[in-house]
Formats: sequence, C-alpha cells, structure tokens
Amino acid sequence: MALDEASQATDAGVTEIDAVIIGAGPVGLFAVFELGLVDVKSLVIDILGKPGGQCSELYPEKPIYDIPALPTVTGQELTDRLMEQIKPFGASFVFGERVDELQRSEDGRFHLKTDAGREILAKVVVIAAGGGSFTPKRPPLDGIEAYEGTSVHYAVRRMEELRGKDVLIVGGGDSALDWTLNLAPIAKSLTLLHRRDEFRGAPHSVEQMRALVAEGKVRLVIGQMTQLHGENGTLEAVTVKTGDGEQRVTANAMLPFFGLTMKLGPVATWGLNLNENLILVDTEKFETSEKGIFAIGDINWYPGKLKLILSGFHEAALMAQQAHKYVHPNKKLLFQYTTSSSSLQKKLGVK
Amino acid sequence: MVKLTFIQPDGASQTVEVEPGLTVMEAAKLNDVPGIEAECGGACACATCHVYIEPAWVEKTGKPADIEEDMLDFAFDVRKESRLSCQIKVTPDLDGLTMRVPTKQF
Repeated sequence: MALDEASQATDAGVTEIDAVIIGAGPVGLFAVFELGLVDVKSLVIDILGKPGGQCSELYPEKPIYDIPALPTVTGQELTDRLMEQIKPFGASFVFGERVDELQRSEDGRFHLKTDAGREILAKVVVIAAGGGSFTPKRPPLDGIEAYEGTSVHYAVRRMEELRGKDVLIVGGGDSALDWTLNLAPIAKSLTLLHRRDEFRGAPHSVEQMRALVAEGKVRLVIGQMTQLHGENGTLEAVTVKTGDGEQRVTANAMLPFFGLTMKLGPVATWGLNLNENLILVDTEKFETSEKGIFAIGDINWYPGKLKLILSGFHEAALMAQQAHKYVHPNKKLLFQYTTSSSSLQKKLGVK
Repeated sequence: MVKLTFIQPDGASQTVEVEPGLTVMEAAKLNDVPGIEAECGGACACATCHVYIEPAWVEKTGKPADIEEDMLDFAFDVRKESRLSCQIKVTPDLDGLTMRVPTKQF
C-alpha cells in the first residue's frame, strides 16, 4: 500500500520517519494522535489489510461498552472514529505487511524490515501489536509442519506453482471458494473439502463453485481431514472422514483455510525483556528494556495491567511524552490542553 | 449454583459450580479448566472454546445459531455434538451438564 506525505524515502529506498507504530488496532491508531500532538510523525504498519486490529477482524459488529463517553460503540465504529480523529496528523499506513526485523542502526535510529522487504528508519518504535500478529491457523494434523511451504500453503503467492497439481482446498469461506474458482482451470485436479454442505462465502461464489462441481471440474467432498500421507515434505494424499466412512484424497498441494489466530511472532526475537509472551514496560513511559522502543496496549505487561482499550489510550499518552524527548531532544515540551491551546488546535486543523 | 462437568481427552474429569447467567466458557475459564482457550474472549469469533456435549445433554443445550455454526467451520474435528462453549448460557436447567474437551483447539 502506498505511503503518503508524512514519510520520506531515501535514495536507497529506505523510508525515514519519526515513529513507527507496529499495529493498527485502536491503541496503535490513538498513538498517532498523541504523538501528533507533540510533533512526532508516525508510520503505522499492520499485517492485516485494514485498520482496526481485533476490533475490525474479530468483532466489527459487536458492541463495546467501556469506552469513556461512548455508552455503546461497535469495533468497526470505534476504528472509523479513530481514523477520523487522527486524520489531521497525516500518518502513513502500510497494510498487509509484518515487521520481521528490528535493529538499532549505527546512527542510533531503528532499522526495521518487513516481510515484503520494505525498510524503514525510525527514531522511536511503538509496539502496539495487541495479541500479536494475525496468522493463518494450522490444522492440528500430525506432521503437517514438514509439508508447509512445499505442499501445504496458507496463502497463494504465485498461482503458477499450483499448475498441473492435484490441489486440495479445505474450508467453506471466501478464501476457499475464491481459490477453488481461480485454481480449477490450471490444476490437474481440484478437490474442495468442507465439513458441511453449507458455505459461508459470497452466494455468487458458491453458485459458481456448484456449477464447476456439476460440470465435473471440481470435486466437492463433505468431511474432515484426519491424516496426511507423504514423504520428504511432499504430500501424496489426505485421509478424510466423511459421513460414509473414510476416503483417501490424492493431493500434492493443499490449501487449508481455517481463519486466523494471533501469535507473538517476530517480536519475540527482538531481544526485549518478556513476561510470559508479553513485553515488560515501566509505568511512567511504557518503554521496554530497550530505550526508544515502547510497548502499549494488550501486548505489554506491568504490575496491575488490564487488557482494556482505555488503558492502552492512557499508555499512548504517556509514551508520547518520552518519545518527544527522543525525537526532539532540544525542544522543551509544554503541557497543554486541546480545549485551550491554539497551537494544538492548529495541529488538529480546527483553528 | 449449577454444576458443570468437563472431561479431558485423557479421561480426567473436573466438576465446577457456577452462578447461572455466565457462559459455559466463562465458567471454564474462571475455574482454570484446561483446553478451553477462548482466544477472542467470547465474541464467537475464534472457535477455541470448542466442546463436545455429552449425548444426553444435546437436546437441553440446544442447536448452535447460524453464526456459531459458521464459526465451527474454524474448529477441528467437529461432530454432531460440537458447540462453542461461549455461546451456551448457564441456566438452572443445565445443572449436571457434562461435556468433553477436544484433544486440540487448533
């Protein structure tokens, strides 16, 4: 996704910015606001394709009742309102990428690299990654790890790699249906496996899939996987339990679509002090064991920690005070209220 | 108080007592029942609080709603008696409810 004016790319293609915020959930988004008030420009990165984190991925339609002054708000509304609130600060957004590497560079700034190869240099890093990065669920079948990347794929990077293969797609949502429709013409054979003869995906896709089944171009099996068969990382077949017993489905490529789960992921390798998979911070600055790297929201831990959105908002405000010191070491920070400060109002675009 | 019994895959059984009004998932979490993860906190959005209701109780616990049935697509080894425990409200009628925890919650 394209960046906007807040960040600058150097000749080497490295993006330079004041602060990188990892995670576009409510707390990461509000961090843009608090940093913006103290003249720190942000770039937000999220592995999902849209802002909101758990709020938009897990419960977009569910009401939240404990946001101060909003007696009830859905996860999606909260996200939309935060996006509106932070708009004046012109943050950059990168969606669909995961930060894999984080190191301090020679000039003291942080060098980050995403799974798409994007490189960023930032003066401070704010980890607001919630429960971790959303990653595809791995079916709990014995030995599945050995086939991952060779025969078992959780996403299709290059369709051509599946040309001429015996493809097994597992699931009943849009991902399973879309890939069934896309791969049927190029696969040697395509089997769609789902636990019931009802599909959550778009009705139009379901119709198209059923038409392909009627034409004999796709085989639909109602059942569940119980065992994988193969050798040296190459899948040969999958045992499937159906209503009439067991059958063996020939497959040398499998795409399981069982939704997403949250995993701490690469954060665990950045050398920060952790407490049971959560990042230890102090309660004055919400800074990690590494100066200049902060952790706010559900991903941090300190005595008394509550995983509440409102706690994350508070943590963002205090974090911003310290971040300002690193980004603008020679500027004195004057504490001001948005209600009365004309300089803050100018930043917010209301004056 | 209502008694609920959770049976682990190895046969170990744990009976907990809870107030009506909670969900079965909440009852399990409050009493540290192993194997009930409830990653999404009860929003019917993750399928990691999956349980198998003992056949004698299937009628009393009722059928999953559409949203729960959809979410069960994300569970592993789904059976006729599969439910997401966050979607079952504890009522006095369910006193004695017995269920099995799956080997794995994905």
